[in-house]
Amino acid sequence: MTLKEIKELLQAEVITGDDCLDMEITSAGGSDLMSDVLAFGKPGILLLTGLSNAQSVRTANIIDAKAIVYVRGKKPDKIGIELAREKGIPLLSTKYMMYTACGLLFSHGLSGVSRLPHKK
Amino acid sequence: MMNNENELSQHFEITGGDFSKAGKTSTSIKEILQEIGIDPLIIVRMAIAAYEAEMNVVMYAQRGVLTLNITPEKLRLKLEDEGPGIENIDLAMQEGFSTATDEMREMGFGAGMGLPNIKKNADKFEISSTPGKGTSLNIIICLDKKG
Repeated sequence: MTLKEIKELLQAEVITGDDCLDMEITSAGGSDLMSDVLAFGKPGILLLTGLSNAQSVRTANIIDAKAIVYVRGKKPDKIGIELAREKGIPLLSTKYMMYTACGLLFSHGLSGVSRLPHKK
Repeated sequence: MMNNENELSQHFEITGGDFSKAGKTSTSIKEILQEIGIDPLIIVRMAIAAYEAEMNVVMYAQRGVLTLNITPEKLRLKLEDEGPGIENIDLAMQEGFSTATDEMREMGFGAGMGLPNIKKNADKFEISSTPGKGTSLNIIICLDKKG
């Protein structure tokens, strides 16, 4: 799924990274807790979060997340936006709540990074 | 930065309580590893360990020094901080145990995942602490095997 499709599905606003909308996204994870993103995130994911301070962008950069979607209409602060520009991480903002935003993406085929063992 | 044929070493100073700069050091460490051309999956592991260690200093200590050491065989990250130290290391190593304040949690941290996550990303992890004085971490990630 491209970032452009994600933007349309979530009726999201692009905060920075307009030129990156062709980016291909293959998995995503949602959390407001950066500790958990660092523990369970995987390189290449789209991060959905409601945490709008600069640590969200730093965390995304550290784990090599491809892009961030802020949920519940949140928007990052100036420091976060600057950092995202510098690191080439597109930032989007959607008014959907976390559950709905994740559900919309998942139901359109974007998989998660679940660690549950497969049942035999 | 110290540099000789087989080893590169750099110190980074971290100030406790300075949330505005939190994460800068780990971002620099990540950039250094990228410039050298280290395997991206190993870089992510070291970057996560460095970020967790840096956040611990910012959240709990007065100051700390992170030292990154790179040899052809391994990456080593040493942290020495001056701070309250850890009373019970076994407890601190348990996922979910945390003494974080509301301010730390508002930053998205303090879930009690930090130290266990550093250990998970390291090939070798050592921790020692003197309550009232500070904490030392020694984190090693090997380069000579596939991570």
